[in-house]
Amino acid sequence: MTALRVVHYLNQFFGRIGGEEAGDFAFAIREGPIGPGIGLQKELGDAGQVVATLICGDNRASTDLEAFGALVEAALRSQKADVLVAGPAFNAGRYGLAAGEACARAAAMGIPAVTAMNIENPGVELYRRRTYILPAPATAIGMPDTLARLARFAIRLGRKEPIGSPAVEGFYGRGVRKTQLLERPAAERALDMLSARLQGKPFVSELVLPPVERSTPAPPVKDVAHARIAIITTGGIVPKGNPDKLKQSNSTEWRTYPIEGLDSLEAGKYESIHAGYDTSAANANPNYVVPLDAMRELERAHAFGSIYSRYYVTVGVGTAVTESRRIGREIAADLRANGVDAVILTAT
Amino acid sequence: MISALGPVAADLGANRVVRGIKIPHPCGDPSLDPTGDHELRVRLVRGSLKAIATPLDQAALFDGVAA
Repeated sequence: MTALRVVHYLNQFFGRIGGEEAGDFAFAIREGPIGPGIGLQKELGDAGQVVATLICGDNRASTDLEAFGALVEAALRSQKADVLVAGPAFNAGRYGLAAGEACARAAAMGIPAVTAMNIENPGVELYRRRTYILPAPATAIGMPDTLARLARFAIRLGRKEPIGSPAVEGFYGRGVRKTQLLERPAAERALDMLSARLQGKPFVSELVLPPVERSTPAPPVKDVAHARIAIITTGGIVPKGNPDKLKQSNSTEWRTYPIEGLDSLEAGKYESIHAGYDTSAANANPNYVVPLDAMRELERAHAFGSIYSRYYVTVGVGTAVTESRRIGREIAADLRANGVDAVILTAT
Repeated sequence: MISALGPVAADLGANRVVRGIKIPHPCGDPSLDPTGDHELRVRLVRGSLKAIATPLDQAALFDGVAA
């Protein structure tokens, strides 16, 4: 079997050009393996030959990934690459972007490609769906083992061997769903898992849920009688007609609307655009979701200081946890900036 | 937070949770007469004020509070 033509991408540091001062090093093609490429060549053995090394400065590559990618494509063509191996980039962010971009371009051209980086590298989130990325430790201490894994994977890719699921092969999930026929129906598999769980035995979930992040409870408000309190709702209550076109689900934004001088939210002037619950009660009386009338009563009775002049709204249904976190942080910053002491958040 | 799914909210990271009435109307009950419904809503807000003033180490559930 002829040796695969392997092209290796390195940044300016691993490509032996220089450190940060060489961050703008212009894209270059060198013959044969360089630096870690020599280790890669050893691991490839007779199965592959590192015919060329592509080197580019991290700043040069990451600040214009479009142009960088085009140079990678041209180089892969001119070198008649069978496989591209990029990095490993470990935890170097700009390197991870460049390595990811290089592999994504290769994959789009039909040239198998693989890179490796630490899970914290921003390149993982940005490129995991476009190319194979193997896990790597945070620093180059993990170089020998990572090169070995890259070499093995590159050979299998180059030989067009079937690649299994992330759970089996270890690469970061690409978000690809492949239908598999399993011997046993889901009900049986679920009962096995339940039985194991009840007996305290280990089991493997077929669906991996994101871990719940708990936050430390905020200290209590010491002087509620003078506290400024804001209302937030995830129940999708907006002025009738939804003037800002707030999305009904999979939310990515939040809005505020004025409630100064209002004693209650009047039916007919507000509506719920939330796609995840029966909105008839809320439309007939928006105070069911934004309890303004009750709050005004308690504000008049001095049970607390004042209601902040605007209420905040978004919707829950289908909203990604990452979006929720961002929305929450942005709202929190706005609350802070407006001197709000506490919040009542209503969920539907 | 006022939520009809109080225990779920507390499990998923909300620390001060007041038990709401039902998902489509967490802050009231349309089956009550208007006065009863309004009083229920005021109780839930009072419960929220109590939660806001309560020191906590971990998530806790609260109920509406009568006057």
